[in-house]
Amino acid sequence: MEIPENVRKRLSIPAEEHFFAGHTACQGCGASLGIRYVLKAYGRKTIFVIPACCSTIIAGPWPYTALDANLFHTAFETTGAVISGIEAALKARGIKVKGDDGVMVVGWAGDGGTADIGLQALSGFLERGHDAVYIMYDNEAYMNTGIQRSSSTPYGAWTTNTPGGKRHFLEKRHKKKVIDIVIAHEVPYAATASVAFPEDFIRKLKKARKVEGPAFIQLFAPCPTGWRSPTDKSIEIARLAVQTAYFPLFEYENGKYKINMPSPKKEPKPIEEFLKLQGRFKYMTKEDIENLQSWVLREWEKLKKLAEVFG
Amino acid sequence: MAEYKPIRKVVSGNYAAAYAVKHARVQVVAAYPITPQTSIIEKIAEFIANGEADIQYVPVESEHSAMAASIGASAAGARAFTATSAQGLALMHEMLHWASGARLPVVMVDVNRAMAPPWSVWDDQTDSLSQRDTGWMQFYAENNQEVYDGVLMAFKIAETVNLPAMVIESAFILSHTYDVVEMIPQELVDEFLPPRKPLYDLADFSQPFSVGALGGPNDYYEFRYKIAKAMEDAVKVIKDVGKEFGERFGRDYSEMIEKGYVDDADFVFMGMGSLMGTVKEAVELLRKEGYKVGYAKVRWFRPFPKEELREIAESVKGIAVLDRNYSFGQEGILFNESKGVLYNTDARPIIKNYIVGLGGRDFTVPDVKAIAENMKKVIEAGKLDREVEWYHLKR
Ligand SMILES: Cc1ncc(C[n+]2csc(CCOP(=O)(O)OP(=O)(O)O)c2C)c(N)n1
Ligand code: SF4
Repeated sequence: MEIPENVRKRLSIPAEEHFFAGHTACQGCGASLGIRYVLKAYGRKTIFVIPACCSTIIAGPWPYTALDANLFHTAFETTGAVISGIEAALKARGIKVKGDDGVMVVGWAGDGGTADIGLQALSGFLERGHDAVYIMYDNEAYMNTGIQRSSSTPYGAWTTNTPGGKRHFLEKRHKKKVIDIVIAHEVPYAATASVAFPEDFIRKLKKARKVEGPAFIQLFAPCPTGWRSPTDKSIEIARLAVQTAYFPLFEYENGKYKINMPSPKKEPKPIEEFLKLQGRFKYMTKEDIENLQSWVLREWEKLKKLAEVFG
Repeated sequence: MAEYKPIRKVVSGNYAAAYAVKHARVQVVAAYPITPQTSIIEKIAEFIANGEADIQYVPVESEHSAMAASIGASAAGARAFTATSAQGLALMHEMLHWASGARLPVVMVDVNRAMAPPWSVWDDQTDSLSQRDTGWMQFYAENNQEVYDGVLMAFKIAETVNLPAMVIESAFILSHTYDVVEMIPQELVDEFLPPRKPLYDLADFSQPFSVGALGGPNDYYEFRYKIAKAMEDAVKVIKDVGKEFGERFGRDYSEMIEKGYVDDADFVFMGMGSLMGTVKEAVELLRKEGYKVGYAKVRWFRPFPKEELREIAESVKGIAVLDRNYSFGQEGILFNESKGVLYNTDARPIIKNYIVGLGGRDFTVPDVKAIAENMKKVIEAGKLDREVEWYHLKR
């Protein structure tokens, strides 16, 4: 079908596919969409580094790979260090990295491998200023080992080690703000993104390619298996996460904050809209929901202030 | 081939390692400080700062990351080096498996240091021997010259068989002690050690590939076998490279066990690393006093020199194995390995284990002599008084 001129102009997502059919993600997996978009943005000349996580499996067992790029599987906590070593080697060999036509070195790790066990290596990578991109795909738990909490799991969520039950043993802490920790390193570029907004995500990936030094993107990536949500609702859930300001999209660039979505002027939707589509929140009491709602709004106000003062 | 005229420098064991790294034209060094390793990396940083070496230096935030970054660098085609000691090596453990599993010829110097607690910065081989099963080759240096030579050979061997290698030197006894080292002019090192040709290269995009993916029960087994095979093949490569080194530079390393006075000895002292320097001196003296003793210095612990050990066993009545290490619940590690090798042979000399010098306790010529006395009695009696003796234990 011929795409009309006015529509064609609006399509900013590259048409080429570099993520092969036959990968082994669950239906509706946000992470797999994320990989696809990264490869669309960066193309063939990409070195992916994937630690232990769902994506290890998604890429496929030996001798297969679903990625039309080179892929180095590594140990759980080492993404930041391995991409540092690869970047150093490319530089030592005089191979161009980043920029318009250079090799892209991409760390692709889950929230567990980033916010918890891999935080130290991430910090080292950011602080030393390597020319690589680190993407944390945030599915808010350890999915590969069977849905255990991570420090990125939200308040009130059921997981297999915060199972709710009679004694109300649900996750009691709010989500760790990894992006704030990243920004504290004074990196040139950090952003949040969502699989529900691929154009925004790809724009950010392209920006990350241009900056000199390390870039970090925290990508919201629903997991129907772990979130106990219908497989056809992933995008809707991810969109609501943004619209409720539970997971606002913003960029931090050389000291400046910019909110991308939702509009800073618009009131966020109530958090229930985001929660109700997911089985993982079904044990929450009214107080739990109020608690989460007030945290979301408090953090949202904070972000708006930051954008106002350091915009 | 240009004529070899050595450059003599008085350097510490650590500086000998750093010079070897420079001469090997290492491309990436990722490392984290720990006593007594630190001065290796400091010297390398100095070379870089002075424009004497073109190395990408990654000052990582831990040893775990030092090994991970070295692995990344090696996978991306670079010649990569790191160095550590004791707690640092233990922290690397997980990634040591990764280096061998991904078939990456990373070379590392480990400065043998005792494990805490109690805290100790002194010599002890338990740190490196605890890494026995990681798929790393292990070379134990007796002196600073062997540290230098060992690093150069390790790169060549590692890059031939696609397995990582560790060069091990003693804390302080070598790391911080100055001695004359004969270094090789750069152009001759370049002839001996040409640029690396990687098994695979993450920067080659001619077709997509992945390294380290999930290997099911149908495949994993063969991956392990290939490492086992590479380790076996390494025996010949080590001997060939050792011989070539001897032909080019006059110091022959074709024997994985360096032997002295073995042929007519009643018994030999066997051990690894710097303590064998003491043993060699003691053997010279004991020989003058009429003791029929010899020595067997194990240079390569992995791969283990089985054949050479079996040959030694055929000609002697006894072997005194000196272990500066201990495997709790069993015995000294070299002793344990050696007994295992001799089980399936007809030659079974009396073999006794002496635990010596743990945590930097002095081990001197008179100590060797005292052990010789005891060993002599054991051989005369034709049986062991005890299998493992903690020599110079305070009672
Ligand atoms: C050192 C170490 N500890 C534990 C594990 C087991 N492990 C593998 S994946 C994983 C969880 C990964 O979670 P996350 O990073 O959030 O990615 P996801 O699986 O959710 O995609 C764990 C705990 C491991 N591989 N290595
Ligand atoms: S468990 Fe979740 S993150 Fe993992 S593959 Fe399935 S949907 Fe994706």
